[in-house]
Amino acid sequence: MAELKEISPDAPMSAKLLNWVDNRFPASKMFQEHLSGYYAPKNLNVWYIFGSLSLLVLVIQIVTGIFLTMNYKPDAALAFGSVEYIMRDVPWGWLIRYMHSTGASAFFIVVYLHMFRGLIYGSYRKPRELVWVFGCAIFLTLMAEAFMGYLLPWGQMSYWGAQVIVNLFSAIPFIGPDLALLIRGDFVVGDATLNRFFAFHVIAVPLVLLGLVVAHIIALHEVGSNNPDGVDIKAKKDASGKPLDGIAFHPFYTVHDIFGVSVFLLVFSAVVFFAPEAGGYFLEYNNFIPADPLKTPAHIAPVWYFTPFYSMLRAITTQMMYVLVLCVVVAAVLAILRGGLSTVFKGVVAVGAVLLCVFMLSIDAKFWGVVVMGGAVIILFFLPWLDRSPVNSIRYRPSWNKWLYGIFVINFLVLGYLGIKPPSPINERVSQVGTLFYFGFFLLMPWWSRLGHFKTVPDRVNVAH
Amino acid sequence: MKRIQQLLLALLASGCLSAQAAGGGIAWDKAPDRTNDFAALQNGAKIFVNHCLNCHSAAFMRYNRLTDIGLTEKQIKDNLLFATDKVGETMKAAIDPKQAKDWFGGNPPDLTLIARSRAAAGKGSGPDYLYTYLRTYYRDDTKAGGWNNLAFPNVGMPHVLWELQGERQPVFEKVSSHGQEVQVLKGWKQVTPGAMSAREYDDAIADLVSYLDWMAEPAQNTRVRIGAWVLLFLGLFIVVAWRLNAAYWKDVK
Repeated sequence: MAELKEISPDAPMSAKLLNWVDNRFPASKMFQEHLSGYYAPKNLNVWYIFGSLSLLVLVIQIVTGIFLTMNYKPDAALAFGSVEYIMRDVPWGWLIRYMHSTGASAFFIVVYLHMFRGLIYGSYRKPRELVWVFGCAIFLTLMAEAFMGYLLPWGQMSYWGAQVIVNLFSAIPFIGPDLALLIRGDFVVGDATLNRFFAFHVIAVPLVLLGLVVAHIIALHEVGSNNPDGVDIKAKKDASGKPLDGIAFHPFYTVHDIFGVSVFLLVFSAVVFFAPEAGGYFLEYNNFIPADPLKTPAHIAPVWYFTPFYSMLRAITTQMMYVLVLCVVVAAVLAILRGGLSTVFKGVVAVGAVLLCVFMLSIDAKFWGVVVMGGAVIILFFLPWLDRSPVNSIRYRPSWNKWLYGIFVINFLVLGYLGIKPPSPINERVSQVGTLFYFGFFLLMPWWSRLGHFKTVPDRVNVAH
Repeated sequence: MKRIQQLLLALLASGCLSAQAAGGGIAWDKAPDRTNDFAALQNGAKIFVNHCLNCHSAAFMRYNRLTDIGLTEKQIKDNLLFATDKVGETMKAAIDPKQAKDWFGGNPPDLTLIARSRAAAGKGSGPDYLYTYLRTYYRDDTKAGGWNNLAFPNVGMPHVLWELQGERQPVFEKVSSHGQEVQVLKGWKQVTPGAMSAREYDDAIADLVSYLDWMAEPAQNTRVRIGAWVLLFLGLFIVVAWRLNAAYWKDVK
């Protein structure tokens, strides 16, 4: 325990108060450690705004969510009407509701951009693996949060979207049907489902989300931010121990963030006030019809932020399984012939591959679709160990890497687009190719990330870049 | 579990015909937007209460919300209240839902949000659909109700406004496109005259549709008005934040 710090009796009242607090709670110490004495690289560019913006959107969602909860009724007979009550009869209810619905989409936009930033500048690499892993956990939790929240307005899309997604769980062998029953609390999505999704959406998942956000930021502040050059700024320090290429987060990055936040709020408000439906992407047209268990909409699509993963789910057909089996066989043969494994391990790989192929061909493709959809998110967790490149940032990687990352982004967007469209033979083929590319990008990374000519990484960051 | 799914599927198959309102049908006309025109909205409200509210409800719309489009509570009470005597009530249909089911084979949908729910990507907005739908009824004796519709083929609702529009028949023209003969709507033939001329009728429907559009989101005009001020404020704030940031970073090398 630190000793009590005395302060001169002539000091101003505010200084005395702060001293009183500091003797009992590390207020000044925390401010110093996390803001005024926290050194961030000087060369952070516009890509680095999305972390702060994610935090801002999280706060918007929590605050608007609290006010929505005051008037929302989690009851299958009342839910839809209570949302309309908020939109019409609650003073400023429409604004709160539009902020929350726009906030959901905005959350995914800023998080996707935040993740992409990490991807291109190698922010997930040593020693930031845990920052990345916590981040991936946040993304996964956010998906659960969004999925459950989307049921609450109890419109047609809410209802049938939940019905389709929960039914996916029933494809899991043996436990599937019971698991789906446990999630729904009923044989079809109904009042029980709405009640438990409400509980999860307003308290259980947000608690986990907040905990993970704290862990994400603590881990980040332990190792410090990466930067567009991928250079370690702690390697070069001045006499007082401050990084030469670092600058105090407060006030320099707080004023930066105020500027970034104001631009974000302008765009956010433009949507909230002038296009809250965003052409049917943020609020789907069908969701203005109350849920009707007896009328399936002609076309059920998840909200846009889930559609890349939904496309990958739909891509897994019986035909596609043969392609995947072929991939497993090729991988196993390569591992045995070129992997330099001991005889015992060769045997393990061979037996494992055969077993996997048997499972892949005997269990329904729908189940493997669910595995692929889940795997598409889970694989992100392993990125720090898949990337074997000698440099962090894309700036010093071989030039063709920029094309590869570009195609990765386009592929992700195309998958997202196809997930919104009704199924068709061509869409199916394209999404199958897209799925193979998505997984190939990550699973083959240990090899391709080492190929090519790497540029020399500078000792110091490049401020004028 | 399986059985319930089968049952559901069977129910779906029987119910989905009426659910596909926006599916199929001709291209939609662009609806005139009169959501800022009080006279048009009031006229639309009158048509709505007189013609639609008999069978359809607007269960989330309160009568006294009509004060937002320039009516007084007394005017609402004297001219628009039929089913209730409290202006704070929501708009309930005069018809008994069970009766409706017997007559039309289904419950007439609630119209509070109809202008928002009927939009379709690539086809147009909800008001576009409604504006087209309410103007494309024609006589079809093969249908139980005696009427059919070009925007909503095999519609269950008869042409409630036929006295205003009169009876019309679509005139099609055969056009060959990509080697196939397709029918293209060329125009309409007036069979019997209505109380309104074609132009008057379109005008009345535009008012009605604007009212439906307004009713689907009564706060929409407030939203846009406030939004302009919010963007103006943020636009100025961005300049301040930008200069503040520049001032702090001026000497950072």
